[in-house]
Amino acid sequence: MTLDLSLLPDGGVNWLDASGDHSGIVLSTRVRLARNLEGFAFPGRARDGERLRILARVREAVESSPHLRRNLLVRVDELGSEDRLLLHERHLISKELAGLDTQHPVRSGAAVFLGDGIGVMVNEEDHLRLQTLRSGFNLADAFADMQRIDEELGERVPFAFHDEFGFLTSCPTNTGTGLRASALIHLPGLVLTKEINKTLAGLQQIGFTYRGLYGEGSEVVGNFFQISNQTTLGRSEEEIIDKLLQVLSTVIAREEEARRVLLRDAGYIIEDKLWRAYGTLRYARSLTFDEAMNFLSGVRLAVGLKLITGLSVYTLNKLLIFSQAAHLSHAEGRSLSESEANLARARFVRQALAAEVGM
Amino acid sequence: MLCDSCKERDAVVQVTQVTDPPVRQLNLCEKCAAERGIETHVTMPKQPLADFIQAVQQKQLLAGSESWRCTFCNSTLRDFRNTSRLGCAYCYGAFEAKLRDLLRGVHGTSKHQGKRYHPPSQAAEEGASVATELRTRLRRAVEQEQFEEAAKLRDQLKVME
Repeated sequence: MTLDLSLLPDGGVNWLDASGDHSGIVLSTRVRLARNLEGFAFPGRARDGERLRILARVREAVESSPHLRRNLLVRVDELGSEDRLLLHERHLISKELAGLDTQHPVRSGAAVFLGDGIGVMVNEEDHLRLQTLRSGFNLADAFADMQRIDEELGERVPFAFHDEFGFLTSCPTNTGTGLRASALIHLPGLVLTKEINKTLAGLQQIGFTYRGLYGEGSEVVGNFFQISNQTTLGRSEEEIIDKLLQVLSTVIAREEEARRVLLRDAGYIIEDKLWRAYGTLRYARSLTFDEAMNFLSGVRLAVGLKLITGLSVYTLNKLLIFSQAAHLSHAEGRSLSESEANLARARFVRQALAAEVGM
Repeated sequence: MLCDSCKERDAVVQVTQVTDPPVRQLNLCEKCAAERGIETHVTMPKQPLADFIQAVQQKQLLAGSESWRCTFCNSTLRDFRNTSRLGCAYCYGAFEAKLRDLLRGVHGTSKHQGKRYHPPSQAAEEGASVATELRTRLRRAVEQEQFEEAAKLRDQLKVME
């Protein structure tokens, strides 16, 4: 099976379009639910045939669900590793579903139903991982989309539910609501003013946690943090969403304040630093992924502070995604060595910036 | 680049000092940065479950019950301890008391307060029927090549039918 992402509206990345609230700071908002079907072992324990039957049941349900029936089925288990990595880089499937984790090689029956900001992963850690994705800070719509598809699927296949424990999941950290809501948020102001660890420690004390750009187990790069609820049991879905909304609003306000302080107290140093980042991206001939992420973080901050104008957040968002290794290989039509990828990355970034702001 | 403070070790962090003007840039090594209360990296949070499981092991909460086995998926509490994952939804029944303690440790409670769910009516009727449950178990047993168990289940089904 070959992957044809052109079948998806905007290649499945219209959540990058910077149309949502606070899109300079919040890249995207995501809500995900873990669900399992009654009568089958969880994917990690199930046999190959059992996982294929699960996929068949889900497929039937998706095809008759008004909000999901136009979604595109991608059989992840039939894709090569480059395509699986591409979907993961695009934030459309998790590392586990992509089989990129040495602990969890790709499973038979691993699949995803992709649609416009709505995805259903099948045979991940749980039978179903439903996810909705929105541009910018938009928890309300991401949650409303999620409630609709949860309802539609739950009417068509029986979910495993326990009277006391709620929805049953493979890992007890997801039991109950199975809900994890998060925002991917850019916090260079808090990092530069050294306020970040205090802010993050505060989050953890009130039941929230943070991860890197790709979720669980990933490192923080380019000052991007994925902030989410930590517990899933003992609070209603609405309470979890409301609380996260408050927490994120506070973090955004703190970030804005940190940016004001930076500009006021260290204006020329910051300005110099950010213009250097921009200069590097405009003219460098080789860029590692981490370098690109860090310089893009600087340029994003400069755009937020209005030091650099004429550059859209949408372009910066796209650069984050399309300058990753599998995307560069995909664009070049062949797999690239690390040094070839560094050259291709620098070229891609130079061209994208030149196209936007002129030579 | 050497640390501006100790002039011995390599600088790992650049600090913009804005507290007492004029604004200065300092390049500090990890040790000198730590002495000024500046953390040089963002520490990743630990997973609550990993922490809890470690605590479980230390307190021996699972001791003596590690060989408990779920009759549906055949996995044991030991498997769960090793992988942090349960084998199936029936494990929640098989290990109920232990999991209740564990859920309390991870989430602070074991009582779901969110959405209530009722499976679709047809499936609910089927699900309630003992025969369906037996058939599902029979299929699992065959898949797992537990033929002795499968034969027992088949006999029970015959009696019912």
